[in-house]
Amino acid sequence: MVPTNYYLILSAILFGLGIVAFVFKRNIITIFMAIELMLNAVNLAFVAFSQALGKLDGQVFVLFVIVVAAAEAAVGLGIIILTARNRRSLNVERVDLLKL
Amino acid sequence: MNEFLTNYAFLIVPIIKIAILVLVVLTMDAYLTWIERKVIAHIQARWGPHRVGPHGLLQPLADGVKFIFKEDPMPAGVDKAAYFLAPFITLMLALTSLAVIPFGPQRFTIWGYETHVGIADVNISLLVLFAITALGVYGIALAGWASNNKYSLLGGLRSSAQMISYELALTLSVVGVLLIAGDFSLRNIVNLQGTTGQGLLTWNIFPQIIGFICFFIAAIAESNRVPFDLPEAESELVAGFHTEYASMKFAMFFIAEYTSMITVSCLATILFFGGWLSPFPIAWSFTHYLPSLLLVPFGLWVIYDGVHYENIFGRLLLPAVGAAFTALGAALLLFPPVNELVQGPFWFFAKVFTFLFVYIWMRGTLPRFRYDQLMSFGWKVLLPVSIANVILTSVVILWRTH
Amino acid sequence: MTAPLIIFFVLATVAVLGAISLILQRHPIHSALSLIVVMVALAGLSLLLGAEFVAAVQIIVYGGAIMVLFIFVIMLLNAGEEERTNFSRLATFAGLPLAVALAGFIAAAIAHSSSNLPAAAQNGALSSTRALSMMLFSEFVYPFELTSFLILVAILGAVVLAQREN
Repeated sequence: MVPTNYYLILSAILFGLGIVAFVFKRNIITIFMAIELMLNAVNLAFVAFSQALGKLDGQVFVLFVIVVAAAEAAVGLGIIILTARNRRSLNVERVDLLKL
Repeated sequence: MNEFLTNYAFLIVPIIKIAILVLVVLTMDAYLTWIERKVIAHIQARWGPHRVGPHGLLQPLADGVKFIFKEDPMPAGVDKAAYFLAPFITLMLALTSLAVIPFGPQRFTIWGYETHVGIADVNISLLVLFAITALGVYGIALAGWASNNKYSLLGGLRSSAQMISYELALTLSVVGVLLIAGDFSLRNIVNLQGTTGQGLLTWNIFPQIIGFICFFIAAIAESNRVPFDLPEAESELVAGFHTEYASMKFAMFFIAEYTSMITVSCLATILFFGGWLSPFPIAWSFTHYLPSLLLVPFGLWVIYDGVHYENIFGRLLLPAVGAAFTALGAALLLFPPVNELVQGPFWFFAKVFTFLFVYIWMRGTLPRFRYDQLMSFGWKVLLPVSIANVILTSVVILWRTH
Repeated sequence: MTAPLIIFFVLATVAVLGAISLILQRHPIHSALSLIVVMVALAGLSLLLGAEFVAAVQIIVYGGAIMVLFIFVIMLLNAGEEERTNFSRLATFAGLPLAVALAGFIAAAIAHSSSNLPAAAQNGALSSTRALSMMLFSEFVYPFELTSFLILVAILGAVVLAQREN
């Protein structure tokens, strides 16, 4: 039987790695993927708690997190495509002025 | 030795079953290519392969040898990781999806380990199959992108877009069956179709005819077969996403395509046609002799054909094969316990072969869709019909339970 | 070393290696592939926790739809490899240890608070799909309807964003 703490520590490590990727990468799509990694780490924590406490609320919440991530990915990627077309670069350090 | 077997039976028995299944499925793939070439040839009024071995039966063997010995180049400028991984991913997913399919009703105990006919008996086998179908898009998208080739990229993107669109219709068309069965487990879906033992009339095809039509059309589009095979058609985009792939890697895509055809046919028989259930009611016990009644005349005909064959190799091989079939049929007649064991898998494979024949028949008969016709059909016709099927099924179920 | 523990460590290692590979890869496509590996490993961990429907939905929706969207966008925009930047080096030398320290702090805090949580009980019947859907449609029906509205808004937003300039 795997103690719940192991899952939570793994979730914390993955969340930390997501933060590192979010801060240090320069490609906007990779930064977006780091957000998805953080959401996944949190999903794992939810499922671990759901099993530890014996209730199903955690799993239901995971479904909602997945739905929100899907909606966010769709709209976010649309915005990224338009911005990349306007500025001709996917580097976030180039998108630092309000005017093109 | 016996104790070792009993202790580790939970590892050894699945490994043996996996080995048997992979062997059977790969042989079926190889001979499916032979059947396809022969059937399409006869539809087009020609003979198909008939030189390599009697009736061209050794053609798949020759093809396999060719694939092994052909040069396997890696074009310049490809993304090495993705180029290498794409056929592996496709083949791995296609073969893994066979793990959750139940082939027969029996549960038996080997070396103290209770098991069933099939590799994994999970509660959510249908969801596992959908998950694997969903992941199958990656093999094609990566293959198209990794080859340093405009046509491959276009073919790969078109093919993945087509697969994603029809995946929705595929999943929704099965929801009607799920509402009737109330369970994701494929074994329970088949068992529910056989509770009254009336044979053909209780199968899911009759309440769910719309669902079946949507499922079959979506499944053909998922496996990129005619009439939905524009992304990999030879006259269109060279060869689509597998242009830059040669011998063994192309063989992996090829095997993956035929294996996914087999998986989809298995799924269609389990969901809509009663899986391993016999179409005749259980009360008609004389139908239990049907397998042997089919095998013995077939074996005798093969012997007769072989004896009059033109070259010596055929005169030796065909009677041997025919004798094997006749012996099998006679053994089934003489040993009733073996006959009972064989009933389930026999009906299962008979239905799967019918579906595979329909697949091949369609390839020989229908022209292909243009890409925009394909996409508009998937989104504007198939998806609304699947949703309407779900709504209709739930309305009927609600009305019946009151 | 029971079997669940071995499986947990294998899947956890795969997930962490995938996340590290996401950071270290230069091309976004390879990062996307690493993220898919992480998601499949996490789905396996959810399966180990007895949440079978959640595991399947993670693979179908996250791995089979959202990541496919990412890969399409990367292929469409022809995102090349990351460029070298000459911005501050302090960020690299001081930032990385700080981020690792943050994650380590959270992990240590969890490890030291082991008294509150009961041992995880492996209860397969608890998380059957039927029970999950009953709960989804009885207690959580209001968030459920809200998420359907959210998806509608996202679809409209994506359609508006994808329109051509007239």
